[in-house]
Amino acid sequence: MRFIMRAIIGFFRLFYQSVFLSLSQIWANKTRSILTTIGIVIGVASVTAVIAALSGLKAKILTQVETLGSNTIFIQPKRPDTGPLQHAPWWSIRFLPEQFDGMLEHCPSVKRFGRQTWAGSQTVSFREKSVENVSIRGIEPDCHKIESRPVMLGRPLSVIDEMQVRQVCLIDPKLRNDLRLDRDCIGQPILIGHNTFYIIGVLEPRPESLFGGGDQERSEIFIPFKTSFKLQRYLYIGVLAESKSAEVSEDARAEISFFLRRTRNIKPGEPDNFEVMSLQNLLDMFNKMALIVTMVASGIVGISLLVGGVGIMNIMLVTVSERTREIGLRKAVGAKKSAILTQFLIESVVLCFVGGLVGIGFGQLLTTGIANIPKVELDMAYIPLWAIGISFGFSGAVGIFFGMFPAIKAARLDPIEALRHE
Amino acid sequence: MIAAEADKPTIKPQGDKSVIKLKDITRIYKVGVERIHALDGISLELKENEYVAVMGASGSGKSTLMNVLGCLDRATSGYYGLDGQDTTKLSDAALARVRNERIGFVFQSFELLSQLTAIKNVEMPLIYSRNGWRSRRKRAQSVLERVGLSDRIKHKPNQLSGGEKQRVAIARALVCGPSILLADEPTGNLDSKTSESIMELFDKLHQEGQTIIIVTHEEFVAHHAERIIHMKDGRIFSDMPSNRKKANETEMYHEEQGRAS
Ligand SMILES: Nc1ncnc2c1ncn2[C@@H]1O[C@H](COP(=O)(O)OP(=O)(O)OP(=O)(O)O)[C@@H](O)[C@H]1O
Ligand SMILES: [Mg+2]
Repeated sequence: MRFIMRAIIGFFRLFYQSVFLSLSQIWANKTRSILTTIGIVIGVASVTAVIAALSGLKAKILTQVETLGSNTIFIQPKRPDTGPLQHAPWWSIRFLPEQFDGMLEHCPSVKRFGRQTWAGSQTVSFREKSVENVSIRGIEPDCHKIESRPVMLGRPLSVIDEMQVRQVCLIDPKLRNDLRLDRDCIGQPILIGHNTFYIIGVLEPRPESLFGGGDQERSEIFIPFKTSFKLQRYLYIGVLAESKSAEVSEDARAEISFFLRRTRNIKPGEPDNFEVMSLQNLLDMFNKMALIVTMVASGIVGISLLVGGVGIMNIMLVTVSERTREIGLRKAVGAKKSAILTQFLIESVVLCFVGGLVGIGFGQLLTTGIANIPKVELDMAYIPLWAIGISFGFSGAVGIFFGMFPAIKAARLDPIEALRHE
Repeated sequence: MIAAEADKPTIKPQGDKSVIKLKDITRIYKVGVERIHALDGISLELKENEYVAVMGASGSGKSTLMNVLGCLDRATSGYYGLDGQDTTKLSDAALARVRNERIGFVFQSFELLSQLTAIKNVEMPLIYSRNGWRSRRKRAQSVLERVGLSDRIKHKPNQLSGGEKQRVAIARALVCGPSILLADEPTGNLDSKTSESIMELFDKLHQEGQTIIIVTHEEFVAHHAERIIHMKDGRIFSDMPSNRKKANETEMYHEEQGRAS
């Protein structure tokens, strides 16, 4: 027991001494230390930046899942990967509204669904003010319930608006400002193209979105689904659906696919010309992609750490041979092999830690950089704590692994030979 | 002055306790097929507080003897007892501990660590010592005082003169309270005046009770010692008291009494 305590205290002393000694060595050889640790710095900086980007993307997707609800299912036309429709023009595979009639009866796992159209960009005006390039979406009332875009003033679109093909609309607050409308603008007529629509409500601003697409600068107007066909005859239709629970979301996807293959007359053996994706699906896809990116990045990082490690080993060998007399002296005054080994091992680990620290600093700079690139959805990029831990862990491991050989070499030196060196 | 060094007895010891006992020590180097007998059957006994100079032609085996005495090197055969303990069967780690606790080495070229201050250099052996950690600053300071360098504590080696460097090195050798102080040509890199002052320091340490062995080529250095051993071809050629000891034994004793108080 006493022996163990002594050994621990002895190690602690040596540790403390060696850390200070190696820091002063690193400081004394600044240029050399910087050049040596560049490999480590690059490795750590890139791994932290990649992890930061992925973490940011994931955080973003999770926020998205919160606004959309994880039971949401997206249905879109899609060219099959094989078969004659591979290069089909989009209008030949577009959805027709009636292809979804009766879907709820045939798909027991689907709670509700809503069709929506993208009626392109239009110029919207109120009195003398007009705003160009406003995106117009026609939606069925159920879309409101699936995608949570609360109405902060007025009322949402209703089934009656839909049935009577009313010319009513929901606008967002930005458009209200741009058109110089009153705060309470309910009932005001605005012109969309050449058609007059009456405002029935104001939506909350759009949350930052990955899938909703488009940039934040563009205003949006929601009008009833059927009304949108008045603006344009042929429209691109997409469908939002919601499964009854997260557990049956896969069932719901299967049911929808089966249903759509029938209504779209796809013969057995032919590939789908549409896709049904759940948010869970997207999340899985993201995770898969993140894994691949992580693996590729780890490969690159591994190589740079290897190169960095060889650099460390090289410099430690130089250090050992430069300080041969010092080693001889330390042995002469009573340093054991283990003490010399510890000293040089700690020196190489400290060197790597310094590299790791600088690398994390650069990684933070890179992260701030990518977070500020406009129009790239990486503004939530951040370095998680565990990534810092991993960076230090790897730096330390590289230090121990590549410092071991030089340290053993130092420990094995014969004191007399060492003192006679040079 | 002496009281500050806690590990040393403050009274001059009687000098009948054996510190070093060598019996038929050989050290054979193999170079290719050739066998070089650097030490060829050395038998020697040293009592506590002896002051010995080792002389001899270059290549006669003086440094080899010092390395064996300092446990830096192992004898090829023979018995080496230090403070009554057989060192020939000790492990490397145990030898390191012996070097740390019982042997002080002084080198011709000082061997100070250039990036450390004088006091840090002196503290260095205490890092490796079992019970030297806690009071190391104080101990280093008192031993620097003992060698007359209390005003150069914060200087780096390149800010010190040759003589001062050697004093720091001697302080470092003394800091763990060794049984013997081994100096291999300690004045080899110094001019004669500085050499003389370093030798006076050795004299003083001897009076304080330190057992000392000095290797030297210079007569005037050797004559500070009380016993002179001549070596030739790895053997002891002659071993006799120095003139100084023979002539002035009683007179010196009085003089020492006067200086020490
Ligand atoms: N590592 C070694 N390998 C082979 N021979 C050696 C080795 N070290 C010393 N010798 C030989 O041993 C003999 C004694 O050497 P040593 O260094 O002890 O001499 P010295 O008396 O100290 O000489 P100097 O006064 O020049 O310092 C010499 O002949 C030398 O060549
Ligand atoms: Mg020699």
